[in-house]
Amino acid sequence: MTIGKNLTVAIMDPPYESATTATALRIIDAALRQAQVVTVFAYEGAVSLTMKAQQPQANPVKGTTVEQEEHPTTKDWVAGLFALARQTGAKLDWINCGLCVDERGAGETIEGPRRGSPKDFFEAVKLSDGVIVIPTR
Amino acid sequence: MARFVFVESRDPYESADCRHFLDLIAGVRRRSHEVTLFLVQNAVLAAREGASTAGAYSDLAKAGVAVVADTFALRERAVDRLAAGVEPTGIDRLVNLALTPQTRVIWH
Repeated sequence: MTIGKNLTVAIMDPPYESATTATALRIIDAALRQAQVVTVFAYEGAVSLTMKAQQPQANPVKGTTVEQEEHPTTKDWVAGLFALARQTGAKLDWINCGLCVDERGAGETIEGPRRGSPKDFFEAVKLSDGVIVIPTR
Repeated sequence: MARFVFVESRDPYESADCRHFLDLIAGVRRRSHEVTLFLVQNAVLAAREGASTAGAYSDLAKAGVAVVADTFALRERAVDRLAAGVEPTGIDRLVNLALTPQTRVIWH
């Protein structure tokens, strides 16, 4: 196991549109379980992953309630990653691109992410042992 | 010699440019670099045993490319048999590869 290396992950896909979101979050999860230092740069639509106002929904077609449906939200998945980091002693630095946030009105986030800019991504890459950039299609 | 990790997330049934990605990988390998092809998401569909596209992955493996497929993606898609030379693996391997010195990760 590699301990304490710096991994930077850039993501761009908005929530609920692509399997890439789950893959990216699984990569981050795996890194945090190895007690790595993980910097996530959320760019473009990905800044909406951490929007606090996301709500799970019932399924009227199936007749299930919100509780029965257990509809997952990306804000809860990301909150889970922050909780995992606290548990494993890893560090998760989640940076939402400020310009992208403003464009989308996505400034109200769960606890944990911070506002930044592409310069933060550049600085993170310089300090990183590994970089994974996951582009949109 | 450098190390390259090519991550394929698309399958050739939806993206015609997957073929060019495989050409790129083969070309990099021919230059004697250490190469891994990591299949995630729908890309694992093309590496099923018996798929018309499976031979391309076996050829890469024969050429010395480590061809691996994400077990999570395989389970989601009920793929339990892979083309010769393609090995199932966990996503933590991608993290380890990305953190290996002198490694570049290229996502498609």
